[in-house]
Amino acid sequence: MESSRLGNALFVVYLLFYVGFVGLSAFIPQVMEWRPWNGLNLAVLYGFGLILLAFFMAALYGYLRERKGSSNTP
Amino acid sequence: MIHDTSMLAIAIFLAFVGFTLGLSFYLGSRAKSSQGYFAAHGQIPWFINGIAFAGDYLSAASFLGICGMIAFFGYDGFLYSIGYLAGWIVALFVIAEPMKRLGKYTFADVLDANFHSRGIRLAAGISTLVVSIVYLIPQMVGAGALVQPLLNLPHWFGVVLVGTIVIGIVVSAGMVSTTWVQFLKGSLLVLFSAWLTGLILYRGLEVRSGGRDGHEFRNLGPFTAEQLQSGSLTGAGGQLCEVVPASGDWVNAPFVRLRHGSTGPITAWLRDEQSDGRVLLRECQTIATVDAQIWINGAPKGTKRGENELHPVGFLENLPTDAPSTGPLGPIAFLKIFQDSRVVLWQKQEIKSEEGRTIVYFPKSVEGGQVLLPGQSPTFAGIRSGRLVDKLNFLSLMLALFGGTASLPHILIRYYTVKDSSSARKSTIVGIASIGFFYVMTLYIGLGAMTSGALDISDSNMAAPLLARSLSEWLFALISAIAFTTVLGTVSGLIIASSGAVAHDLVSIGAGRSLSDSQKVRVAKIASIAVGAIAIGLGILFREFNVSYLVGWAFCVAASANLPSLILTLFWRGTTKQGIVASVLVGMIGSVGWILLSSDAFTSIYRLPASSAWVPFSQPGIVTIPLGFVTVVVVSMLTRSGRASSASS
Repeated sequence: MESSRLGNALFVVYLLFYVGFVGLSAFIPQVMEWRPWNGLNLAVLYGFGLILLAFFMAALYGYLRERKGSSNTP
Repeated sequence: MIHDTSMLAIAIFLAFVGFTLGLSFYLGSRAKSSQGYFAAHGQIPWFINGIAFAGDYLSAASFLGICGMIAFFGYDGFLYSIGYLAGWIVALFVIAEPMKRLGKYTFADVLDANFHSRGIRLAAGISTLVVSIVYLIPQMVGAGALVQPLLNLPHWFGVVLVGTIVIGIVVSAGMVSTTWVQFLKGSLLVLFSAWLTGLILYRGLEVRSGGRDGHEFRNLGPFTAEQLQSGSLTGAGGQLCEVVPASGDWVNAPFVRLRHGSTGPITAWLRDEQSDGRVLLRECQTIATVDAQIWINGAPKGTKRGENELHPVGFLENLPTDAPSTGPLGPIAFLKIFQDSRVVLWQKQEIKSEEGRTIVYFPKSVEGGQVLLPGQSPTFAGIRSGRLVDKLNFLSLMLALFGGTASLPHILIRYYTVKDSSSARKSTIVGIASIGFFYVMTLYIGLGAMTSGALDISDSNMAAPLLARSLSEWLFALISAIAFTTVLGTVSGLIIASSGAVAHDLVSIGAGRSLSDSQKVRVAKIASIAVGAIAIGLGILFREFNVSYLVGWAFCVAASANLPSLILTLFWRGTTKQGIVASVLVGMIGSVGWILLSSDAFTSIYRLPASSAWVPFSQPGIVTIPLGFVTVVVVSMLTRSGRASSASS
């Protein structure tokens, strides 16, 4: 159940970022033209950010589960 | 475009296919039992399984479709990359470990874990078949698209070739060979895409006025309205051109047709209204079908004298520094400079007249910054409009991509090939890392193709292989062969998921008893041949679609039919077997029905006007996924008192 809670919590965090991206693209698309870093627009940065965030959250989840001693149920 | 046959490409392609088949037959001798055939004995190491996830998942849609869509429309193709990867979060955090704990062979095992219901197995089996077949279509279309430039053979030949080879792979050894084929393909695809990306960055960006065949696209004029109405114009080199009177759809189209000389070819030109009221004519390309003969740019299609073929396209109009080229660039600088450049994109319009059907491809100069924003393609153009329906269509697709990954039967069964829940989790993390790395590269590969001068305007699916050809014949040969194995890997996974559902879920119910191990394997092999044959037929029928777009539909059907029942079975104790069956059927029928009644189906499949469509937008997910959840809850609440009895039925 603890692993389920951890997974659900991380899922909700990622979901919020994803909903933010989709919502901005659909309803305030002009915001995506903003260039906050190194001349790159928000659409590119947010898109890459979502991909990298998925990887980091997956790695974090794996690390926390291993540290707590995961179930090896077949 | 007419592609030259490359002997090198053919040799490498045959070596890849030969090696893949050899491996399959070798592994086939080691997988005799039902458990071996369907789940590789549950003994695949987690790292191998993780890369095999990438091989299973990075289909023709990812490599050919996304890169092609980015090459033609920019950021909109990258939206698919983002959505596809985000879906893995659902798979890892919500689905992976329960799938491994509760199932053994098929997706139905999990839904049915608490109920032992024939109804659930039947519904889940049908759903697996439908989702897999919808997903198979784009893979087969991609296979056909690959074979055209590689072997200079027709599209249908590629489809039949892939179908036949995959049936051979699956029938020979089932999940063992499928896993290793997917591992090989996943590794090669990620590594060679990284190499391709490196070469794109090394080449940098350059200004051109045409494609790699040396043809420079011309502008005529500008002309006054009186000059255009006079019926004759002075073209390039002082040649006199006659304006062809408009008829049919040409009357209201933004094009002028010119006949060069008294008997020369008729070409189409885009009317580009200038601020002073005059009209600049921009050279277009045309494919006309007249009396079953194909005409390209006003002459019969071919490579002989007096015949024409489409010119390759894809170039920058200018760079921010006004220099002709940039030289090697880093990954950030590449995107930044592209953003500040102008690029020529090509759009198309179909024209019907008494002379026949003509597809006109016309140039449009666009700021790079606009290309790197959502809403450039016809699919997502509505994002930039104020129409709520268009925004809903976009939201619907992004929802389906998010929920679809964890609902795809061929992905779900890969959790059964590792030994425990920990391995399932670790292999998903490896999958996310390799798939995410690949999706970051799709933006560079797509933009590299957009500026390569090698694009075939009639086939977006060929952007990545043709980009490779513009860099090196060796790379083209390798990328084409890898793309082909990409199709093989995914199609193998889909066919084995379908055949598993037939053997474990459908035939057992039809026979009224559980089949023996050897009977299950035999039934699965027969089902593989049948599903492969259906996929071949549909792959030929849907050849004109972008493969990534078709995969979007498959994700919608999967997320609508499977996700609600899967999530609620795992997390809501009130779920009943009737709720699960109703949800799977309502989600599946609702999403497939919606797609078939949408404007995209009307225009592209039935060749009817989009206005005849019965539903307001094309992507059903935003309606049918919540509908699936509501169905489980409502039907379960209505039948809840019967849960105890249903568990024993």
